Amino acid sequence: MIALALPAQDSGTFTPPGIDQMHLPAILPWGASDGFSKQMLLVILSVVIIASFFVAAARKQQLVPGKLQFAGEMAYGFVRNSIAKDIIGGRDFMKFVPLLFSLFFFILVNNIYGAIPVIQLPSFSHVGGAYVLAAVVYVTWIGIGIKKNGLKYFKLATVPSGVPWYILPIVVPIEIISNFLVRPVTHSLRLFATMMAGHLIVMIAGSGIEFLVMQENVLLKGASVLVLVGAVAMYMLEALIMVLQAYVFTLLTAIYIEGALHADSH
Amino acid sequence: MNQQIISAAAQGAAESASPLAPNLWEMGVVLAGFAVLFYIVVKFVVPMFEKTFAERAEAIEGGIAKAEKAQAEASAALEEYKQQLQDARAEANRIREEARAEGAQILAELKAKAAAESARITEQAYAQIEAERQAAVVSLRSEVGTLATTLAERVVGEALSDDERAARVVDRFLADLETQSAGAAK
Repeated sequence: MIALALPAQDSGTFTPPGIDQMHLPAILPWGASDGFSKQMLLVILSVVIIASFFVAAARKQQLVPGKLQFAGEMAYGFVRNSIAKDIIGGRDFMKFVPLLFSLFFFILVNNIYGAIPVIQLPSFSHVGGAYVLAAVVYVTWIGIGIKKNGLKYFKLATVPSGVPWYILPIVVPIEIISNFLVRPVTHSLRLFATMMAGHLIVMIAGSGIEFLVMQENVLLKGASVLVLVGAVAMYMLEALIMVLQAYVFTLLTAIYIEGALHADSH
Repeated sequence: MNQQIISAAAQGAAESASPLAPNLWEMGVVLAGFAVLFYIVVKFVVPMFEKTFAERAEAIEGGIAKAEKAQAEASAALEEYKQQLQDARAEANRIREEARAEGAQILAELKAKAAAESARITEQAYAQIEAERQAAVVSLRSEVGTLATTLAERVVGEALSDDERAARVVDRFLADLETQSAGAAK
């Protein structure tokens, strides 16, 4: 971070790239808004990548898997067993594996874009996609809760059992806010903010290096190496966060679904 | 940390749109893309993986079941074999016992038979000896009669008054008798 802060203290001519630079010019100017952006292309590409990889891996269905099938089974088994089965539980987790699996790899591939040199743009650095996925999850777990418990679900979800009645006036509003209002917001913004921040760091570091290298002072030129080292470290951290956020998003989805399924025992 | 960067960046672009305002087209693309992906996953990927998993589990469990069956068969065969071995041992013992008993019986029978035989032979010998004795008595009796008669003739034929002569006659008679019996014994 010190290395990244350096250019800002410089001559004052350096203007760091901001949120505006997050919006690349549209590939195809089209419609009322920004047209067909790079994000849209990447999202569509991610669907093609994920679908073709897993269909190719799953298609052979050999009892003794080959390399491709083994990789696919490892990836699928990770979501199926480590997320769905462990969180939701043995009896009815299978119904939710497709959703969790789709979410995890959709987010993972779209995040990893940010770590691939030429692409270098995580799709969820724009907030829209994160809103959509969080909304899908929100609708899903509330739907599950209602289907499982009827309208009583809202009482189960907001009135915790075993709490003395005189605390309920405090607890119930908190539960309503935290479960039904804050939850989808944090769910989406967590993903969006980490991706946008990571992308911003890469941009700032890149432009900072460029700025420093252009300086005539040799010491300042040399300082670009510090920025580079910092940028590489941040890049590694970002790559970790990209994977971690996909996992966290999926894990939280599983936890929400589990909470809706077993609302009566919480 | 991110806050600092964002605020620093926001200074540079003060009038830019809020980063929290979504682009509707992007939302549409993400929703459509996710829907397509979800459809493919539900329709193809998950069923295929699950089928493979199920088949694999079945193959493994089938293998285990087969192995268990073979194990059970083997232990059953072993049990049967042991049973047979035991039966065979018992049979052998029984046969040995029987043979021993039979041998003892045969021995006893033989002994009894031998004793009976010897008794029979002894009996027979006694009977024969008795018969021979009877025959000897009968023949002796007739012989003695004849001899007595002959002796009486001789005694009567000679003068009975002479004691010396009488003694000679008797001696001669007895010598004759001896030579006669020796000739008979030959």
